[in-house]
Amino acid sequence: MTETARIDKKLDTIPKLLLDHAKRRGNSPANRHKDLGIWQSWTWSEVAEEVRNLACGLAKLGFKRGDKLAVIGDNRPRLYWSMVAAQALGGIPVPLYQDSVAEEMVYVLENSDAKFAIVQNQEQTDKLLEIKDRLPHLEYICYEEPRGMRDYTQEFVFYYKDVQQTGRAFHGENPDYFLQELEQGQGSDISIFLYTSGTTGKPKGVVLTADNLIITARNSIDFDNLTSDEEVLAYLPMAWVGDNIFSLAQAYVIGFCVNCPENPETVMTDLKEIGPTYYFAPPAIYETVLTKVMIRMEDAGKIKRSMFNYFMELAKSVGIRILDGKAVSFSEKLLYSIGQILVYGPLRNNLGLSRTRLAYTAGEAIGPEIFEFFRSLGINIKQLYGQTEASVFICAQPDGQVKADTVGTAYPGVELRLADNNEVFYRSPGVFHSYYKNPESTADTKDAEGWVATGDAGFFDEDGHLKIIDRAKDVGRMTDGSMFAPKYIENKLKFFPFIKEAVAFGDEKDYATAFICIDIEAVGNWAERRNLAYSGYTDLSARDEVYDLLQECVESVNADLARDEKLSGSQIKRYLLLHKELDADDGELTRTRKVRRRIVAEKYAVLITALDDPQQTHCEIDSQMTFEDGRTGNVHADLQIRESVRIKSHVHTLAA
Amino acid sequence: MERKIGETLLSVDHISLSFGGVKALTDISFSIREKEVFAIIGPNGAGKTSMLNVINGFYHPQEGEITYKGVHRKQMRSHEAAVQGIARTFQNVALFKGMSTLDNIMTGRIIRMKRNLFWQAMYLGPARKEEMENREFVEDIIDFLEIQAIRRTPVGRLPYGLQKRVELGRALAMEPELLLLDEPMAGMNIEEKQDMCRFILDVNDQYGTTIALIEHDMGVVMDISDRVVVLDYGKKLADGSPDEVRANQDVIDAYLGVPH
Repeated sequence: MTETARIDKKLDTIPKLLLDHAKRRGNSPANRHKDLGIWQSWTWSEVAEEVRNLACGLAKLGFKRGDKLAVIGDNRPRLYWSMVAAQALGGIPVPLYQDSVAEEMVYVLENSDAKFAIVQNQEQTDKLLEIKDRLPHLEYICYEEPRGMRDYTQEFVFYYKDVQQTGRAFHGENPDYFLQELEQGQGSDISIFLYTSGTTGKPKGVVLTADNLIITARNSIDFDNLTSDEEVLAYLPMAWVGDNIFSLAQAYVIGFCVNCPENPETVMTDLKEIGPTYYFAPPAIYETVLTKVMIRMEDAGKIKRSMFNYFMELAKSVGIRILDGKAVSFSEKLLYSIGQILVYGPLRNNLGLSRTRLAYTAGEAIGPEIFEFFRSLGINIKQLYGQTEASVFICAQPDGQVKADTVGTAYPGVELRLADNNEVFYRSPGVFHSYYKNPESTADTKDAEGWVATGDAGFFDEDGHLKIIDRAKDVGRMTDGSMFAPKYIENKLKFFPFIKEAVAFGDEKDYATAFICIDIEAVGNWAERRNLAYSGYTDLSARDEVYDLLQECVESVNADLARDEKLSGSQIKRYLLLHKELDADDGELTRTRKVRRRIVAEKYAVLITALDDPQQTHCEIDSQMTFEDGRTGNVHADLQIRESVRIKSHVHTLAA
Repeated sequence: MERKIGETLLSVDHISLSFGGVKALTDISFSIREKEVFAIIGPNGAGKTSMLNVINGFYHPQEGEITYKGVHRKQMRSHEAAVQGIARTFQNVALFKGMSTLDNIMTGRIIRMKRNLFWQAMYLGPARKEEMENREFVEDIIDFLEIQAIRRTPVGRLPYGLQKRVELGRALAMEPELLLLDEPMAGMNIEEKQDMCRFILDVNDQYGTTIALIEHDMGVVMDISDRVVVLDYGKKLADGSPDEVRANQDVIDAYLGVPH
């Protein structure tokens, strides 16, 4: 035990952990990547060599302690190694969101003073070349995939393997250099800059130290009993803090294998082939999976469908109890194991979750039926509550104490408290160092004692589980004084498969209103079944039939809200179905698909005015929309406004 | 960007083709040089597809001569054209709908496989090695065209734009020296067209394949072609670089429209 502690103390940076694994489990796989249809794998000792060659190559080009290395691309082993190589030299990796357009990258690259950039391919190289004039610090660009790069003759553009080749030679001449640099690293060193996508204003560079990441990773490994046998699929953006914990810090601490998909479109197939034991996905992904299963089951034959329905109903009560370790009768157990053979097993296999022991979701509230669905299949899906500033973990649900509407209890090592306005504050070993070059924001967020404001409002339920209702600043009051928590309402709406996004308005208003974006897949399928022809999103969402369908959803949310005394006043009175999907390319969502409330409100101000005016039954709008290639086009639509029935609160009537 | 455009790869001299009394092509001559992107344009019924069919031996012209890689011929024959390194895609996608993307592209390798049916069926020794080599080649193409996600999907279930891409993949599998594309971008949306342009240029750049294409979208043609020949009612109107063609008065009148 003491020895482990001593070793642990020495292994205080990611590159040191890498060398340790190369020594202890040199022949176990560390990374896999599917290429040309075959899973290629690298052992820990191979990774150590790859990283060393790259680091030496970078050093030869002039990369020094404290230099910043931008990393842009899909999840690829070589890009992960780039981050580790930079850290080995005492540099700081700065991963960027790979689907950002060049303009969005300027700020991050400029703010972080990135001197080197390692990018995936020609597409990303082109983006950087487009903005290079405005980035005085950027000196070298290195690309991983040579395709299409033959005619790039600029002397500052390098091929990844050429840099490694130089590095190999450099290592031959200076055999001690790499180790010496690596050993100078300490736990207190800055390990990474992660730019938060920023629901408002410019992104902020969250500075995390090696200690932040490694101590947090160690705590999480203990909390969930992770072992070196885990298999994970790294498919979420590398610029997101979660990926740095799940696919990097945890893997390097305990030594499990990280698999990278062939490309972003093949994730579902790759998931099936790898069968991860430990899996993270935002609620939207679980939701898509459930929607797909339900749609496919509706198309299935009668026997299959009734078998599915019967066993899923059984699983809802039995499966969840088995998972939580509660009592189950013998006959229930028997039936469940038949279901396992006939339904649950094949279904899990199809979803790529056969081996999944532990699954997490976070970021947004998850619909109770989605949660229930996966748990009843025996997948231990849990919620966690986290932030970039906390190196992910603030709260998580311990095994056996999982509920759909809370985010669990304080994580090991995390202290929690609530302010008077219900804002959540925390303090933990994962608490970020600072915002890069932004002392004011750092001071606003983190106080002298290390308490960090989350900006989220919440409260503890009777079991001590935290329940998050909304952003603290978004919780408003309506003119009659009742509380208005927009996200709470929106989430309730979004739990319906027909609704993809919703934006509710009600602060300082007489009544609550909402924009709703239909889910084209679910509503489209519904329309097809009713032989309802439509030409596209705009057309479908303007249909009376669709409005009728959505009316039911809105009214059932109202009924739900009516049950809560505080929130009963915020039932939706008027709503409309938006003519286009909210899109990150139009600035309406963040890259992590959160609604940018203020921008939506500005852009669609006409619609909000119309909703607020009880006389108006429709409203015309012209809006701009950006295509994937960056060009823009105009969409014109005439939107219908509907009224929904509001229910008098039972609580109120009783009290009166 | 610098590419070395070489010697004449294929030339057609005084080609005339008629179906009974209908003259599809009248006295057409032009040449396609190595490693260039060559476009044939013209209004509907101008004889563009007929011209392509003559080149790969699907139609046999009554008059004229075709010279491919220095060999003069009165006419090409389809299988000969394929073996000699001429591959093509069709205006209406012609894939095996029930087969997967991978298998469809694999069919393009058949002319490169030397083992007979028996060995292939046994999947032993040299046949096995050959299969593996060819599979690797096909995987390279799949990677190149970014269609990994549909590797195992039957092509009949794919949207049109992707089917076109698979068809291009199958043509590439033949390792052609001359690739004939019949309206590769017909019926595509802007994004699909952009992708297709990129693939055509990348094929030309990476594999050094000579490309002759027919296209209606003038923007696309002018952007990606090195040289353009314009046909109208089976006759050649003009021949030259996109700029020359754009400035040619006959072409403006016949195709691009008379300015008012």
